[in-house]
Amino acid sequence: MKTITFITSDNEKIITEANSGSVMELAVKNKVKGIDGDCGGVCSCATCHVHVEPSFWNAVGAPDELENDMLEFDDNVSDFSRLSCQLQVSEVPDGLILKVAK
Amino acid sequence: MTARSNKKTCVIIGASHAGINCAFALRKYGWEGDIILFDGDPEFPYHRPPLSKAYLTSDPNTPQSLLFPKENYTDDQITLKLGIRVSSINREEQNLTLEDGSTQAYDKLVIATGARPFIPPIKGIETAKNCFAMRTALDAVNIRKAFNQSTKKRVVVIGGGYIGLETAASLKKLGAQVTVIERENRVLARVTTPEMSAFFTKLHQNNGVEILTSKTVVAVENKGDYNLVTCDDYTTLEADILVIGVGIIVNTELAQEAGITIENGIQVDATTRTNDPNIYAIGDCTFHYNPHYKTHVRLESVQNAVDQAKTAAQAICGDISIIYDSIPWFWSDQFDVKLQMVGLNTGFTDIIIRQEATENSFSAWYFKDDTLLAVDAVNYAKAYMLGTRFIKSGQALDKAKIADASIPFKPNNFLKN
Repeated sequence: MKTITFITSDNEKIITEANSGSVMELAVKNKVKGIDGDCGGVCSCATCHVHVEPSFWNAVGAPDELENDMLEFDDNVSDFSRLSCQLQVSEVPDGLILKVAK
Repeated sequence: MTARSNKKTCVIIGASHAGINCAFALRKYGWEGDIILFDGDPEFPYHRPPLSKAYLTSDPNTPQSLLFPKENYTDDQITLKLGIRVSSINREEQNLTLEDGSTQAYDKLVIATGARPFIPPIKGIETAKNCFAMRTALDAVNIRKAFNQSTKKRVVVIGGGYIGLETAASLKKLGAQVTVIERENRVLARVTTPEMSAFFTKLHQNNGVEILTSKTVVAVENKGDYNLVTCDDYTTLEADILVIGVGIIVNTELAQEAGITIENGIQVDATTRTNDPNIYAIGDCTFHYNPHYKTHVRLESVQNAVDQAKTAAQAICGDISIIYDSIPWFWSDQFDVKLQMVGLNTGFTDIIIRQEATENSFSAWYFKDDTLLAVDAVNYAKAYMLGTRFIKSGQALDKAKIADASIPFKPNNFLKN
């Protein structure tokens, strides 16, 4: 079981636990404000944008080309941006902290 | 009895993208009473877009992709009444009559009835073998089952719209022999430009799908093992599986019979309310005003369903300051091509094509004079995202610079000096 913490734009901290599925699905399940995942997780809508807490960035890794293209012109992009539908719970580090993008 | 029983009841007809998102949004915005959804589809509420795309090509044991996990319905006390159809809306009594004759009272009602496939009146179509539309989970399951049982796997898709082409691509990937028959002189004729139609025709042809245009199917004869498909030019094809994708009929009958105003869909105001103050309508079934394009539209899309659902929930919870004001977006996946579209291109005067260095990556920018209306991005999400930003901002753009692929793809490079 992995623990993943989401911090919303109003600084609410939501601590979640999961073994599998995407991080976006985990956020939707836990009603994390600001994560909608409208396209169902196919990297088409950018409604699941998060900023990875920098100390976890190397372990999480950079986005692939499509995801990077989706993020590049997003209004709130940072050096630590990812789309959470492209993050698998099984592949991210335990204790991961994600800030929900505005 | 629970404390909730004294509170108001919101009933939602239709438990797909619009209805389900509305239910969860109602709780989020503070609705304290019961929330009850009805849908004739017995399947637990699922994402529809994957049906013609990833679901069709996935492992046969893959479950449907659920809109929300089952626990969330329990946590939020949302009641699903699946496999139950509503027979009528009785506005004076403020209740619904269900197909078994029982009634369900409501204080607020949301109509999210969507649309159903249009089955064209082709001779013999009712008795055709393995003939399916592609709208519900059951359709996708049935198509896959028929495909797996067929030895020759000859598929004829009637209609070259997004649903038809996506289904064609998925079945081709699985190894079918696929022919798409389109009545107009190009595929996607109703929704996009000749340039995009040409690209998708070539994409399908390069992947071995036969595309026949300016051809109408006039008869289908069940020959026992297969169907004999006859076209208006007397050509015939043999089909083990038929897929119908010629468009939809909006499910407005319930609303219409109840005297709710219909105009190319259920007419709603900026808060998604109908002409009855206690009844709202959301999603594919609505005819609504888009403030950005200053026009009334009916849209068949997930974006419209989800965004209207949220607007309706806020209005029902008492916040009528929120008005529906979204820039529409859509997507389609066919073979290795990802098409992302933003905006509405209706009324465009010119189209700028920007071809990137990679062969299958380009974008089409639709302008009405100097105003950017819409962008179609093929394997180039950057154009989709930047197009979204430019449509919202209304910044003055230099068309010649957008068309010039030697100019790097950066926002400031496209602005008019």
